[in-house]
Amino acid sequence: MAGTAVLGRLTWLPVEAVEVVPETPRVKTLRLDVPDWPGHLPGQHVDIRLTSEDGYQAQRSYSIASAPGAPQLELTVELIEDGEVSPYLADELQPGDRFELRGPVGGYFVWEPSRGGPLLLVAGGSGVVPFRAMLRHLVDEGGGVPATLLASSRSWDDVIYRDELERLDGEGLRVVHTLTREQPDDWDGYTRRVNAEMLAEVGPGPDEGPHVYVCGPTPFVESVATALVELGHEPGRIRTERFGPTGG
Amino acid sequence: MRLDGNAVAGILRQVFAVEMTEAIGTCAGCGKAEAVGAVVVYDRAPGTVLRCPHCEWVLAKLVTDGDRVWVDLRGVRTLELRV
Repeated sequence: MAGTAVLGRLTWLPVEAVEVVPETPRVKTLRLDVPDWPGHLPGQHVDIRLTSEDGYQAQRSYSIASAPGAPQLELTVELIEDGEVSPYLADELQPGDRFELRGPVGGYFVWEPSRGGPLLLVAGGSGVVPFRAMLRHLVDEGGGVPATLLASSRSWDDVIYRDELERLDGEGLRVVHTLTREQPDDWDGYTRRVNAEMLAEVGPGPDEGPHVYVCGPTPFVESVATALVELGHEPGRIRTERFGPTGG
Repeated sequence: MRLDGNAVAGILRQVFAVEMTEAIGTCAGCGKAEAVGAVVVYDRAPGTVLRCPHCEWVLAKLVTDGDRVWVDLRGVRTLELRV
């Protein structure tokens, strides 16, 4: 794996917010200037640390949303009202503000073109964030690996990266949405939670031997992973990343 | 809160100075091997508890306090990692 040989001591790096981009009413993408960023792989995350004036520190993990080689590091943050970290990051942070992060970390939930495909990515809500890094990287590298993203969101307005996903949906890359709570009047897509039947319809099936990545809240990930195994997907090819419903 | 081994990637990197979520751990309880990224993690105890995803055996506990960390690896029979 690229970078493995040069891993050193993991230290907290000072970062500065360059831009804050609204994605949905509850979600923002932070563009960050990170001096000495060592580079990352799609699917890795960072730990963020906020320190208050009295010295109290709060720490959370966020998936990296930008592709390797992007000029700025991007994180996408969902507001969790009673969270310790996300209300600051998603509501208060302004360009020029500074905080600390360490990373990149993680190697298990990583996809690189050398791992091949086909790829099946299943996202619950903001679980789509690491997949944006993977899909952007796939496109940057010239594609060639068939990929399907199945994204579950509460409503059309809650779909994170909606315009970008619409653009990506095409040759070699398929984006399928399910809207579980509220749908536009002319919606003819899925409206239920992801289940075995939906996964079988969307594919690719186990006979194609896809690499499967599932990211979302813990109950979502566990129910999707169980359904995938029921369908006959090899457990060793299913990689999961859970985040807590009150993780913010 | 029930999470997975990805959630402790940062602290494990600090302790071991190598990427640990791809390391394979063998459970001392049931003997099954699994990537560290795939183990079950509970982070709302006073420390963080890592459990075997197959048998729920306690693999490891991590407790941090300021700039110190305690690592209890009693439930891991072996760790296999790329060096």
